[in-house]
Amino acid sequence: MQSVLRQFAVNCDGGAEPDQLLELPGSAFTVSGPTRSVSLRRLWLDTFDWRLYHAGLTLEQISSRGSTELVLTGRGGAILAADHIERPPHAGGAGHDQADARASANGRSSARGRSSAGANGRAGANGRAGANGRAPRPGGRARWPGGLDSLPLGPLRDRLGPVVGVRALLPVARAVSSVHECRVLNADEKTIARVTVDRMSVSYPAPGTVPPRLAVTALRGYQPQAQRLVDRLAAAPEVTEASQSGLEAALAAAGRRPGDYSSKINVSLAPRMPASAAMATVLTALLDTLEANVNGTVRDLDTEFLHDLRIAVRRTRSALKLAGDALPDGLAAQFRPEFKWLGDLTTPTRDLDVYLLGFSGMAASLTAATPDELDPFHDHLRRSRAAAQRLLARGLRSARFSRIIHDWREALATAADGRARPTVGRLASTRIARAHRRVIRDGSAITATSPPESLHELRKRCKELRYLLEFFGSLYDPGEHWRTVRDLKALQDCLGEFQDTQVQHEELRAFATQMMADRSAPAATLLAMGEVAAGLATRQRQARSEFAGRFRDFASPASQGRIRALIGIAAA
Amino acid sequence: MKTFATYNIKGGVGKTATAVNLSYLAAHDGYRVLLWDLDPQGAASFLFRIRPRVKGGGKALIRGTRPVDDAIKATDFDNLDLLPADFTYRHLDLVLDAAKKPARRLGSLLAPLSAEYDVIFLDCPPGISLLSESVLHAADTLLVPLIPTTLSVRTLDQLTEFISGFNGSRPAVLAFFSMIDRRKRLHREIFEQLPTQRDDVAAATIPALSLIERMSVQRAPVTAFAPRSAAARRYTELWQEARERSGLLPPPPAGTW
Repeated sequence: MQSVLRQFAVNCDGGAEPDQLLELPGSAFTVSGPTRSVSLRRLWLDTFDWRLYHAGLTLEQISSRGSTELVLTGRGGAILAADHIERPPHAGGAGHDQADARASANGRSSARGRSSAGANGRAGANGRAGANGRAPRPGGRARWPGGLDSLPLGPLRDRLGPVVGVRALLPVARAVSSVHECRVLNADEKTIARVTVDRMSVSYPAPGTVPPRLAVTALRGYQPQAQRLVDRLAAAPEVTEASQSGLEAALAAAGRRPGDYSSKINVSLAPRMPASAAMATVLTALLDTLEANVNGTVRDLDTEFLHDLRIAVRRTRSALKLAGDALPDGLAAQFRPEFKWLGDLTTPTRDLDVYLLGFSGMAASLTAATPDELDPFHDHLRRSRAAAQRLLARGLRSARFSRIIHDWREALATAADGRARPTVGRLASTRIARAHRRVIRDGSAITATSPPESLHELRKRCKELRYLLEFFGSLYDPGEHWRTVRDLKALQDCLGEFQDTQVQHEELRAFATQMMADRSAPAATLLAMGEVAAGLATRQRQARSEFAGRFRDFASPASQGRIRALIGIAAA
Repeated sequence: MKTFATYNIKGGVGKTATAVNLSYLAAHDGYRVLLWDLDPQGAASFLFRIRPRVKGGGKALIRGTRPVDDAIKATDFDNLDLLPADFTYRHLDLVLDAAKKPARRLGSLLAPLSAEYDVIFLDCPPGISLLSESVLHAADTLLVPLIPTTLSVRTLDQLTEFISGFNGSRPAVLAFFSMIDRRKRLHREIFEQLPTQRDDVAAATIPALSLIERMSVQRAPVTAFAPRSAAARRYTELWQEARERSGLLPPPPAGTW
């Protein structure tokens, strides 16, 4: 077993050279090497919302001498999966020096770290051939940003799939490492540890230099001796423990930190804060989220950029409707039409995204028809989506959009200096109480014979309550807040299923009519679409039948008590 | 996982040199390899500069009170680990005798290592004993170095007959001529004729070369410190033949799991 025992950062300000630190006076160890330096081009990938980072995973693309490898590591640097995505024409079993340099530069167990490979179910040599169904990619090269389908089939893709989902993998940092290795020998001249020295220069997201890093890897069976080496190194004044991963070090050198984007409203409000300043803070955070997703939406990198952008717009519209009076006079009225325009701009593409994302599930649910009979429908959706995306991108590049964003940010900057009264604690409790009363009132009025529109209206009221709880979430006890949102979410899920299936059902009819007019729908496709429509109707009936129970739970004394307690705390 | 054992009733025929060089070549090919130095003299351990000592001795390993995994040490070569010799291995027969199913004991100790290694080499001490019987049961392929003499050939026949009496799986036997001295007519006659007459004798041969003896000075496989030498070429030919006959599949490309 070979694992990185410890990593150190070396402060070279006093002229210290990392290699010289290994020549420890009075040591029983001798040093062999160093090897020739290997230059590695390193590119770290993650989704825009840092899904890999939050899951404790690091995906690194390492290129050297025409060979490119993607390596997925877990917490502690253990290799979970790796794949060559580009290979030199005559790559063979040799070339370990380069692989090891790559491994150590990554602060992980080396490519010889067989234990991690074995522990992760690598089949033995005798059961391996063709087992992973790898698609050959002669000379293939992954392009980033890209979705999971940019990767060859295999364990790496399998491992990433559940975490990455529909998101694209984007470069989050880029650097060049110059790496060489020394061997540390005992009195028998047996290697007990390998020490790699990594000098990394960062080029993206901003230029920066990382202090040289020493990684000590103990050879299997020699951990105690290697530990003595590590203890002596740790005592050197020029040396500090490198607790950061390679990615964290690269980002720190570039002045960034991982995990710095989230679509959640991440603001910190105090109950006595003026409502105007609090609303300006919330709306500025929403504007930041909106702007952060524009580029990915225009470039159509993945569907979630638009989703997050759209949610930011919807939240902004709700904030203006429900608490816009806390802002300076006339501001909400001025911008509400602008954000409605923006919301409407995003609707067609998102509706089609929802269809396409659920398409494989829809096709798989067919019983009478076969999935391939839906192919013309799929083609129609894709064409419609491409057209909608072009209009959306044009809208987001328009002067009107730029003006809205610019003016809105300026307006929010001045809005923060508004009136001292009311406080946000007061505003939050009155608005949440009102929104909650409306949900209870409208929900209680719904009977088994109520039209679908009444459930649709109730869904809107629920969303308003949900958004208010999110805007003012930082005012409350996290546990109480979470339980209140959980109560509401159960009701929202039911209403969402009812409404979504109805909208999809209506859209399906519109698509069928359109396809008939275009003569692009064979009879078999229309029949399959009919079966899909029947499935949607069944789901809608199911959601309708569940509504009464869900609403009863939400309107229960316990649930109402929780929300009253929450509002009381904020008002105080 | 495939298990190869270098075995001969006689000592000084090149078992350790074969085990050391073939395990190095397998590792160099990209297989994950473990070499178990079962000889209490510890020659293979010495050649890899690893001290011939196992905590708790052979008894702890055979009885399972110390996991085999814990005693393994990395060599200086990629993909190649060693389970060192220990002087207490001289008593392994007694320990095995006290164990349940002694002839199968070694195989059951090695089975859990299949997730971690593709190839295991067992370097056996000379002689016929309970240990060697356990080795014969654990191995998929027996590599039998033969000095080209009539008596050696007779020994091979005896070994083959002994194995044919095993119940269940039997190791494949691949004998090869070792320490060949071309100046001796008898050597020449036997090593030129026998491979054409018997399926269990390899075409590859290992001559008596001083460079092979220098392994004990260099303390490394000749295939590592003199990879272009005639000695290294012969061991490479032998490894290729052994690998093909064993049915071992090619290793995966580096970096693929």
